[in-house]
Amino acid sequence: MQSANGRRVAVVAGCRSPFCRAGTALKDVSAVLLARQTVLELLHRAGLQGSEVDEIYFGQVVPSPLVPNLAREVSLLPQFPASIPAAAVNRACASANSAIVLGHDQIALGHADVVIAGGAESLSDIPVLHSRRFADVLIGLSKAESNAAKLRVLASFRPRDLIPVSPAIAEPSTGETMGQAAEKMAKLNGIGRQAQDEFAMRSHLLAAAGFADGRLKQEIAPFFVDGTDEPVTRDNGVRPDANLEDMGKLRPVFDRRHGSVTAGNASPLTDGAAAVLLMAEETVEALGYEPLAFIRSYAVAALDPADQLLMGPAYAVPKALDRAGLVWGDLGLVEMHEAFAAQVLSNIQAFESRQWAEQHVGRSEPIGEVNWDTLNVMGGSIALGHPFGATGARITLTLANELRRKAVQFGLISVCAQGGMGFAMVLEAA
Amino acid sequence: MTAPSLTVRVERGIGWMELDVPGESVNTISPAVRDELDAAIAQLGREDDVRVLVLISRKPDSFIAGADIKSLAALRTRDEAHQLVRAGQDAINHLERMGKPVVVAIHGACLGGGLELALACTYRIATDDPDTKLGLPEVQIGILPAAGGCQRLPRLIGVQRALDLILTGKTVPATRAYRLGIVDEVVHPSILDRVAEEAAVKLAGGWRPKRRRLSLKTLATDHNPLGRKVVVGTARSQVEKKTGGHYPAPLAALQAVEHGLTHGVEAGLDIEATLFAELAVGGVSRNLLRIFFATTALKKASGVDGDAPAPKPIANLGVIGAGFMGAAIGGVAALKTGVDVRFRDRDLVSVGRGLAAARELLEGQRDRRRIDEYEFRRLRALLSGTDGWDGYGRADAVVEAVFEDLELKQRIFRDLETHVRDDCLLASNTSTIPIARIGEAVERPERLLGMHFFSPVEKMPLLEVIVTERTAPWATTSAVAFARRLGKTVIVVRDRPGFWVNRILAPYLNEASQLLVDGVSAETIDREATRFGFPVGPVTLLDEVGLDVAEKSARLLHEAFGDRLQPPEVLASMIEDGRLGRKSGKGFYQYEGGERRDIDQTAYEIIGAATDAAIPKEDVQARLVFAMLNEAVLALDEGVVRCARDGDIGAVFGIGFPAFRGGPLRYLDELALPDAVSVLEDLARKYGARFTPAPRLAAMASAGDIFHPSG
Repeated sequence: MQSANGRRVAVVAGCRSPFCRAGTALKDVSAVLLARQTVLELLHRAGLQGSEVDEIYFGQVVPSPLVPNLAREVSLLPQFPASIPAAAVNRACASANSAIVLGHDQIALGHADVVIAGGAESLSDIPVLHSRRFADVLIGLSKAESNAAKLRVLASFRPRDLIPVSPAIAEPSTGETMGQAAEKMAKLNGIGRQAQDEFAMRSHLLAAAGFADGRLKQEIAPFFVDGTDEPVTRDNGVRPDANLEDMGKLRPVFDRRHGSVTAGNASPLTDGAAAVLLMAEETVEALGYEPLAFIRSYAVAALDPADQLLMGPAYAVPKALDRAGLVWGDLGLVEMHEAFAAQVLSNIQAFESRQWAEQHVGRSEPIGEVNWDTLNVMGGSIALGHPFGATGARITLTLANELRRKAVQFGLISVCAQGGMGFAMVLEAA
Repeated sequence: MTAPSLTVRVERGIGWMELDVPGESVNTISPAVRDELDAAIAQLGREDDVRVLVLISRKPDSFIAGADIKSLAALRTRDEAHQLVRAGQDAINHLERMGKPVVVAIHGACLGGGLELALACTYRIATDDPDTKLGLPEVQIGILPAAGGCQRLPRLIGVQRALDLILTGKTVPATRAYRLGIVDEVVHPSILDRVAEEAAVKLAGGWRPKRRRLSLKTLATDHNPLGRKVVVGTARSQVEKKTGGHYPAPLAALQAVEHGLTHGVEAGLDIEATLFAELAVGGVSRNLLRIFFATTALKKASGVDGDAPAPKPIANLGVIGAGFMGAAIGGVAALKTGVDVRFRDRDLVSVGRGLAAARELLEGQRDRRRIDEYEFRRLRALLSGTDGWDGYGRADAVVEAVFEDLELKQRIFRDLETHVRDDCLLASNTSTIPIARIGEAVERPERLLGMHFFSPVEKMPLLEVIVTERTAPWATTSAVAFARRLGKTVIVVRDRPGFWVNRILAPYLNEASQLLVDGVSAETIDREATRFGFPVGPVTLLDEVGLDVAEKSARLLHEAFGDRLQPPEVLASMIEDGRLGRKSGKGFYQYEGGERRDIDQTAYEIIGAATDAAIPKEDVQARLVFAMLNEAVLALDEGVVRCARDGDIGAVFGIGFPAFRGGPLRYLDELALPDAVSVLEDLARKYGARFTPAPRLAAMASAGDIFHPSG
C-alpha cells in the first residue's frame, strides 16, 4: 500500500550549506541569505533552469519578524521567474520534512512537476523583542496627542520593561524546555550518562569518517561569507577526536546534581540551510535527470507534550511503515534526528519494546529492532549540528545518497519535534 | 506633405498640445516640428476660450530628446546655423510671452532643446519613471544650449547648479531634477495627465507656482557681480583643465551664461546664437557628431556581413578565472544584463576573492546611488562560484579570463567543452593570444571567438569581438548583442596579433620608449601627447598598464610584424630593475600611497637615455602620432577592422584617441593624405624606416582617395 494515490515523487538532487555552531563562521549570515545561496547552489549542481521549478517550500522555526515568509525570498532569487509561489513551513524541527511533504503532495496531486523544498535557520540571528509593556509605552506615545497624555504614558514606564524578550526553546503549553524534557526522558527510561556519551561519540566519529571519505563534503556547497577570504566548506561542530573521557568531564546542564544531559550529548545551536529537488517520476525522465530515491510514504504523529515530549518518532514510524506496506525488517538504513542522545535512545527503546507497542500504538509486536550498522551512518545532529528548520532536508538528502551508495531498497527517516510531534518518512531506492 | 507631429485639442478651456513625431521612436525638434509648435502656440494664443496650455508627449517613453540631430549635421554655413537657432529661440520666446500659462508634462527623455522648451513653460511636472531624464547634453556634441538654456536654467536654479549641468552635459533623473528646482512636481506616469490637467485648472484661475526663495548662497553668487566672477572663474579653470583647451563648447556655454547674467536675457540669447553658429559648423562639433552617428550605427550593427542570424539569448554566463578581469567582467555582466554569473577558478579562495571583487563593484554602484539596496541584493544573488564545473551545463555563454598562457587556455577550453551544451558560446578575453590557436584545442571552433574587454571593465566603453576564419556568424552576432547589453560599443575585429586597439597602440608606445632613449624627458613626451588631445601621455599610460604587460604585448607584436614594431630595450631593463609601473610603486614616475609623484630621475640611467636631446618638440608629437596613424592604415589594409568607421571608434573609445579629431583615419582625411605621406617620409628619413608610409596610404594619396568618402 502506498500513502498517496497520486504520482510517484523522486528526490533528484540536494545540497546544503555547511552547518556551523551559532555564533561562529556563519554568524553574520541571515537565514534568508543561507537559504538563497543554498538553493542557488542546488540549481547549479543540478544544472536546472529556474523556469522549470513550479513551487518552493522552506522550513524555518524562528523566522525574523521582518521576513515572515522565507520561502518567498528564495523564490524571488533572480534566477527564478517571479511567478513561483512559495510558502514557509513551521513544524518545529520537522519543518524541512514538512516542506518536503508539501512538495511531495503537490506533485502527487499533479499540481506541480518540480518542487524545491528545504529549510534554513540562523540561530545566531534570532529576533530579540521588546517586552509587551515597553511596546505598550511606545505605541501609547505615538498615539498620545498632548504633552500631558505623553507624560501619563511615560509615567507608566518601569525600567524593568526594558528587559528584552527572546524566544526560549521551551514548550508554550508546559514551560518545559527541550533539554528538561530530554533529562526527564533519560530518567524515566533509565538512559544513563555513559550510554548517552557513547552515542554522542559515535555520532562524531561517524561524521568524521563521512568527511574523511568525502561523502559528507559532497553534500555541502561552500559558503562565501562577505568580508572573509576563506570560504566555509565544512561543518564545524564535528570532533574527530571525540572520546568518553573528555565527554565525561562535562557537567549536566538541566539537572546539575542528578542529571545526565550535557552539552556533549545534545545537538548544538546551529546555523545552516539545506534543500532537495523533488520531481514527478515522469518529469525526471522528461528533463533528463536520474532520481536518487523515491518517496514511499510518510506520517506525522503527536502526543501530549506533558508526557515524554520527544517520543514522537515512536508514534510516527509505525504509521509510516504501515503506509509503505513495509515492516521494520525491510529497512536497510535508518536516519534518526539526534536532538539529544537521551531522546534517540529513548525512542529506540520504544521501537524495540513489545510492552511499549502494546500500550502506546496498540500493536502486539514491537516496532522493530535497530541494526546499529544501518543507523545514522554518517553521524547525526549531535555532531553535524541542528539548524532547526534545515535538519529535515539534510537527513533526507543523506538518506537518498546513502540508499544509492549502499544499494539498499528502503530507508527510514525519523524526526522529533516540539509540541510532542514526530515525523517519519520511508524512501525507496530508485 | 508629411503627417503632423502635433495634435492640438481644446477641452474645458485647456489647450492640449500632444507631440508624437510620426515614424520615429523618440520626439526630436526638426524645423518642421518647431514650425508646428509655433503655429499651435499662435493659434491657441488667439483663441479666447483657451486660458491655459498643456504640452505633453504621446510617445511611450520619450518627451523630447533634443533638436533633430540630422538637421544639425546638415548645417553648412554660419548663417544657416544662426538662422536655425534664432528660429528656435523665437518659437520658445513666443511660448513664454503669449500671456497664457503653459504646463509641461514630462515623461521620458527631456534633453537639450526639449528641456530648453520646458524651461520656458510656467509649470513643469515630471514622472518618476527611470526613462525620465533631464539635461542639456549639447556640449557633448560640441555645441552649446542655444535655445535659451544658458539663460533660463541659471535663473531658475542658480548659476553654480546650472553650470554643473550645462558644462558637463550630464543628465539627471526626475527626483534629482526636483531637488535642483528644475521641475515643480514629480508624479507616477499613470497620473501625469490628470495632474497636468489639475495644474492647468489652477493656473487658469490665476494661481502661480511659488518658486523656492533665493538662498544666501545664490544671492552671493548670482546677484553679485563679484561672487559671480568667482563662480564663473572656478568653472572656467575646471573646464580648461578637463578639456585641455581642445573642446571649445563648454567655454562658449560659460561665456553665454555669464554674458546673459551681466547684460540681460536678450543679449544672452544673441550671444548664444552667435556662439552656436560658430561651433555648429566648426571642426570639433563635426567630428563629435560623426562619432555620435558612428556609435549610433554601431549600436544597430549585427557584426556580420549579409544575412545576420538572430543572436542566441544569454541568461546564464560562465566566467572562468575569477581574477581581476574575470571578477570585473562578471560584476559588470550582473549589473548591466542581469544574467546569472557562475565563476570558476582553480581553488575556492580564488573564487571567493573574485566574488568579493564583483560584489564590491555592485556595492560601488549602490554607494553612488546608481542602484538601491533592493536592486543590490537582487543583483548580488546573481553571483556564485565553484572550483568544479557544476553549473556550466546551464551556461549559454562562457568568457575565459585566465592568465595569458596558450597551453592553459587550450586545456581550459578542452575541459570546458565537455561540460557545456553544444550551443554554448565560448569566448576568450585574451589580449595577446590568437583566438585561432586556442581554437585548435576545441571540438567546435565555430562557436569560439574573442571578447576583448578593456580595463577597468566598468568604465571602458569599448569591446573588441575577435572572430577567426572559422567563427560562425551566429556566434559573432550573439557576442556582439551580448556585449551591447553590457553597455559596450562593439567593433568586430579580425584575429590578427594585437587585434585593433593594441596593434595601433604598440608603435605609439614603442615610439615613446625610443624618444626616452633619444633623451627626451618623460614629461615632454606626455605633454606633447596630451597637447594632441590624448587623455594621458604614453609614459603615464605605460606606468598605468604595467610595464610587464606592455612589454609582453610589444614582444609579441614584434614577433608577428618584424622590424617595424621592434620595441627598444627600455621596458625590459626597467622590468629587470623591478619597475612595473604604478602597481609596483615605481615605474617611470614615482608613486606614494596611490598618488603619482614626480618623474623618477634614476629611470633615465636605467634605460641609458641620451643626455641632450636635439629633437624638436614638433617631432616628438609627430613621431608619436604618425607611428599610430601609419599602423592604423596597415591594419585597416589587412582587414583587422571591417571599415574605417570601426577603426576610428575603436581608437577613440579604446585608446582615448582625441574624439574631436574623429579618430586616426578621419584625422588622416583631414590632414589630407598626400600631406600625411610627406610627413611620414620626412620622419622616415630622419628617424628610421619604421615610418615608411603604408603602401595603401601612399596609393590612396596618389589616387586622391580618402578613408571616409561618404562624409
